[in-house]
Amino acid sequence: MNFFEARNIWKSYAAHQALKDVTISVPEQSVYGLLGPNGAGKTTLIRIINQITAADRGEVLIGGKPLRPEHIHIIGYLPEERGLYKKMKVGEQALYLTRLKGIPRGEAEKRLKIWFKKFDILHWWNKKVEELSKGMQQKVQFIVTVLHKPKLLIFDEPFSGFDPINTQLLKEEILALRDEGATIIFSTHNMASVEEICDDIALIHRSEKILEGKVSEIRRRFSEQQYAIELMTEKTVDEIRPEGCKTLSAERDNGLVRLRVELTTADQPNHLLQELMKLGEIKHFHEIMPGMNDIFIRLVNENNPAKNNQSI
Amino acid sequence: MNKIWLIIQREYLTRVKKRSFIIMTILGPLLMAGVMILPVYLSQKSDKVYQLLVVDETGLFTDRIRDTRSLQFTSTEDPIAKARERARAERMDGVLYIMRESVTRVSAPIFFETQIGISNIEYIRSELQNILDEVQLLSEFGISKQELDTRKVRVNVGLIDNQTDSIGNPVELSILSLASGLVIYFFIFMFGSLVMRGVIEEKTSRIVEVIISSVRPFQLMMGKIIGVAMVGLTQFLLWIVFTMVIVGFVSVAFPESFSPDNLMQQQFTPPGNGVIPGENLAINPDVNPFLEGVYSLLDRIPLVSILFAFLFYFLFGYLMYSAMFAAIGSAVDNEADTQQFMLPVTIPMIFAIVMSSFIMNNPQGPVAFWLSIIPFTSPITMMMRIPFGVPLWELGLSMASLLLAFLVMTWLAGKIYRTGILMYGKKPTYRELWKWIRYSG
Repeated sequence: MNFFEARNIWKSYAAHQALKDVTISVPEQSVYGLLGPNGAGKTTLIRIINQITAADRGEVLIGGKPLRPEHIHIIGYLPEERGLYKKMKVGEQALYLTRLKGIPRGEAEKRLKIWFKKFDILHWWNKKVEELSKGMQQKVQFIVTVLHKPKLLIFDEPFSGFDPINTQLLKEEILALRDEGATIIFSTHNMASVEEICDDIALIHRSEKILEGKVSEIRRRFSEQQYAIELMTEKTVDEIRPEGCKTLSAERDNGLVRLRVELTTADQPNHLLQELMKLGEIKHFHEIMPGMNDIFIRLVNENNPAKNNQSI
Repeated sequence: MNKIWLIIQREYLTRVKKRSFIIMTILGPLLMAGVMILPVYLSQKSDKVYQLLVVDETGLFTDRIRDTRSLQFTSTEDPIAKARERARAERMDGVLYIMRESVTRVSAPIFFETQIGISNIEYIRSELQNILDEVQLLSEFGISKQELDTRKVRVNVGLIDNQTDSIGNPVELSILSLASGLVIYFFIFMFGSLVMRGVIEEKTSRIVEVIISSVRPFQLMMGKIIGVAMVGLTQFLLWIVFTMVIVGFVSVAFPESFSPDNLMQQQFTPPGNGVIPGENLAINPDVNPFLEGVYSLLDRIPLVSILFAFLFYFLFGYLMYSAMFAAIGSAVDNEADTQQFMLPVTIPMIFAIVMSSFIMNNPQGPVAFWLSIIPFTSPITMMMRIPFGVPLWELGLSMASLLLAFLVMTWLAGKIYRTGILMYGKKPTYRELWKWIRYSG
């Protein structure tokens, strides 16, 4: 079941068309990646979901119901452009932002203390925000975003400004939130993290959605039938030319030959294996799945008018 | 509603807790007292002696008016027109022209060359009254004190500008008028820029998008404006309280000058109240002339109505201007970029200040009227006019037009603000601001 749906969203600013008939469906309790180059319209879509701006046309549904002002309380939003009041104390500010989401003071304080303990930052409570590093501020912002236990979480570039250790911590927390029942929309340029935590993605380019689906399916769909092979053999590199495929690269490392091949006859890995068995002892054989990074670059370039190719 | 209250609270508390607020709260009353007292103090201190020619058509007062430390009277037999010319030519300060206006009234306009203070006017009035009472008692022999009260001839003293023939006002009124105008200007500017800086701070610290995912931009804007307004009112009220504490302290320190008897005597000198008239001096020579000057100033002027008018014009002038300031803050990325937009917003206020002396010279003229009706100048101009008295309908019209302008400007500002706070990078042009106003949703 889809927890969140945006149907045929159109939005334009003065001379600029920001979204053109965009439809996305986010399954309940999943992490949904919203991908696209800068200026594609992701932030506009996210702002429409947060009711910061309104769509010209189209429908937004949360839990099957049209978007209403009260939905603010079940949405948690970590914007890309985010910050805190510099002169305010950390605890005071976290309380303020949580109370703005409709959580009463006592409850907000209790939950904040739990999260601050969890992130081991309780001693920051009375510090001024300007005394914290950027990464530290981001931690506080993350906590404030999830504190009202939103059913729908929207993260726009959540990892920017985090060191690898804290990025890992954050990923784990995001996945934990999903497992506890939250539905997450996740916008990023970091394709490695998309492969790691997204269940589904949509790719928005030039105000239009050009791809949507499960990450695993998409990667399979864009598979180029390439395989990485390691073979124990005495034959020379030139002698290893299995049938039905094109050798992309081959190199010898002592007794080991590393090959990279592309199947030319569609979908015949077993046939290839048989060929290889005749040539030597197979140490390693696996299909090279395309990375989201490659798919992203390929699709975006394919969808650019030729004359604009250089500028990307 | 709950949320806007949270925003107001935050805006209010963070500012009230600041050191600068506490310093201003302490310095303010000293500054204000200084602005009000200094001119009076200087005029008392300056040994200025007013030289007045006396033209007495009644013949009752000639050579009977006694000089004081600051007033010297010279009788003349010249007709009034000649006396006025003479005053101008001989650089005297004015002509006191005494004439019998009706059976029960003596009129005594002062054609002044130099502005004259309330305490001197009050002295002349009571001196003339005392002489008249004495004359009545002597001439209508046997008249009792009670009878005198009913058949009494009253003295009116007025001010006429010897140069322009326009009705003049005591110098204190002009000071108060200018001071109220300046204070309003200062308040609107100070708290308006506080709002603007707050908006810019939210924008540059990038917290604004976090907040408007919880509240509407308009709520954030109004919360800030109202929060800062409450800071301003708090400061204003504290200033009044502190000023009263200072006055209270002074009155304890100089009990003679402030004793109730003394005040009664000064304010309602009932002529011929059983004391020999000549000895019934309105002005107690023992009274510290400096404090006495301040006191008569406070006594004469409708302070309460000025205070209420001030609160209204401060509040709504501020609300209207701070909405514009908020819109400016939302449109730019840093304070340096505000200049371009600040100029057209501040020009009307500066214009009102520039016109101040013109308005004080002619507080009922058409320029004063229109500037006090147009909402962009009315908070300052109307405050300048009020000490001189303003017809009620003009006050009502001015207030209504300010209210209306406040609603319209807030609505427009809200539209600019809503778009502006999410725009980073290039500085917008006026054309773009106009586009933002027309955006829907």
